[in-house]
Amino acid sequence: MAPIRSGLMHHLGRNLTALTTWIDARFPMTKLLKEHITEYYAAKNFNFWYGFGVLATVVLAIQIVSGILLTMNYKPSAEDAFASVEYIMRDVNWGWLIRYLHSTGGSALFIVVYLHMFRAMLYGSYKKPRELIWLVGMAIYLCLMAEGFFGYLLPWGNMSYWGAQVIVSLFGAVPVVGEGLAELIRGDFYISDITLNRFFAFHVIAVPLVLLLLVVVHIMALHEVGSNNPDGIEIKEHKDADGKPLDGVAFHPYHTSKDLVIILVFAIAFSAVLFFAPELGGYFLEHANFEPANMLQTPEHIAPLWYFTPFYAILRAVPDKLLGVILMGLAVMLPIFLPWLDRCKVKSIRYRGWVYKLALGIFVTSFLVLGYLGLQPVSDTYTLVARVFTFTYFAFFVLMPFYTSWEKPKPVPERVTN
Amino acid sequence: MTDNRDFTRRHFLTAATAVTGGVGLVAVAVPFVASFGPSARAYALGAPVEVDISKVEPGAMIKVVWRGRVIMIVHRTDDMLTRLATIEDELADPASLESEQPQFATNPQRSLKPEILVVEGVCTHLGCVPIPRFEVGPADLGSDWPGGFFCPCHGSKFDLAGRIYSGFPAPTNLRVPPHSFVTENIVLIGADSGAT
Repeated sequence: MAPIRSGLMHHLGRNLTALTTWIDARFPMTKLLKEHITEYYAAKNFNFWYGFGVLATVVLAIQIVSGILLTMNYKPSAEDAFASVEYIMRDVNWGWLIRYLHSTGGSALFIVVYLHMFRAMLYGSYKKPRELIWLVGMAIYLCLMAEGFFGYLLPWGNMSYWGAQVIVSLFGAVPVVGEGLAELIRGDFYISDITLNRFFAFHVIAVPLVLLLLVVVHIMALHEVGSNNPDGIEIKEHKDADGKPLDGVAFHPYHTSKDLVIILVFAIAFSAVLFFAPELGGYFLEHANFEPANMLQTPEHIAPLWYFTPFYAILRAVPDKLLGVILMGLAVMLPIFLPWLDRCKVKSIRYRGWVYKLALGIFVTSFLVLGYLGLQPVSDTYTLVARVFTFTYFAFFVLMPFYTSWEKPKPVPERVTN
Repeated sequence: MTDNRDFTRRHFLTAATAVTGGVGLVAVAVPFVASFGPSARAYALGAPVEVDISKVEPGAMIKVVWRGRVIMIVHRTDDMLTRLATIEDELADPASLESEQPQFATNPQRSLKPEILVVEGVCTHLGCVPIPRFEVGPADLGSDWPGGFFCPCHGSKFDLAGRIYSGFPAPTNLRVPPHSFVTENIVLIGADSGAT
């Protein structure tokens, strides 16, 4: 049989080459594959921090697939929404799995994206020439926040309802046009069936279209300038005779094989939550959301999902409504300006002075403490603590131009280290 | 070598189409944005509602819904009304100058009839429903609490006329909706005049 089989393979192979040639004459397939995969050179010294971009893409894919499957059975109306989610959970074949994939995926995406952003702050990935990658990344982050907010109303639980009520009311704080703006967002005088219907439209089509486009732009911009690395030096400055970076290896097969391991480790952690603790003690799915929306009854303790709580804590810490909304908005927006706030020429934390290390430590602590406080009920002590950490959160950004010009970095190596 | 191609017509065409297209874009944006506003049905469902308050005993409260907002109707006792005057220094806007209410509700009781308070159960901070806490001096709100409303979301405190205490996140007093009495015991919520 062997001769026949090899003959067949030979035949197939020849046809495949012919097909590739046929396509390449009509669409730059091979060219794109080379540019972005087999001949995209990235530094050989990547550590695990460099896996979160790939993981974000993986989780986004999980969200898109599970989301499409959910829309097949979900009904976006005040009358039916809560019951249709219960129907998915109880009656649809494997519906519980699809829904838990989507709810766990939502939180996982924010974990991965926060770590991905932290990586950029560790190694100065937002600095010249990668400012645009950072800006597009921030736009992606804002889209994800919009997705989280719109999606959270859809199960029409009581926490969904009051969460949306609070966030839409934030727009009402804008002077003069605020009330009209809130009415335009809700399409009604309160969070109603009309609001739910349009949030569904935003969640499943409007925002995802923008999001996907931004992800493509993010990756194209990255591949144009090339990836940063833990040493924060440009590998393109040292090339071999063929014009390939000496310290770089091709994305495929070198980085892809490592990424597969990272994806597998992530998948194990993801599955552990998905199958054994999909609510994660009320952090991924809040308990108050297991009763239907009730416009007469605010839940006793109202808190957004964990990924919004640092900003929510800032909102609550300010005793003035408008100022609270402004500071919360600023807290979300300030990272956009990092490429210009950070005046230090050295990118990687490995070669930066103690000042930045201390500042980054304070920032991370502030973010985590505020995140914790945003989940807790209001009390005088907590409000005081929240005010202190709101101050340090803002100080990290506002004082950055000063302490980064003042810091004394160490010498940076010419070539990447191990 | 000189480039003697003439771009005049191209420039004209570009400018003309840009202007016409721009006008078209603006024109089409109007209906698109307007479609986001409350629909005719939303307005119709927001029509005034009549409420019978004959069974609301002194000291009791009922909740009704108008335009999806909780409307709280409290039948205040004489004791509750006298307590209103004692706490005015602690309030942010005791005379309701900054707050939203019909003209007739700018008095200290913020009501048409002194004992009947009609107020929106929508915290002026971020829209949560304040919890009625009419008992005097409960453990969690302090022994000097004279009765009022407490918002569970961000801790704003209001008195028994829906007036906000100083130092809390809500900027103004609870809104008093337009309302009127059709008869002695029938309140019409959503309209100042007696007509339905």
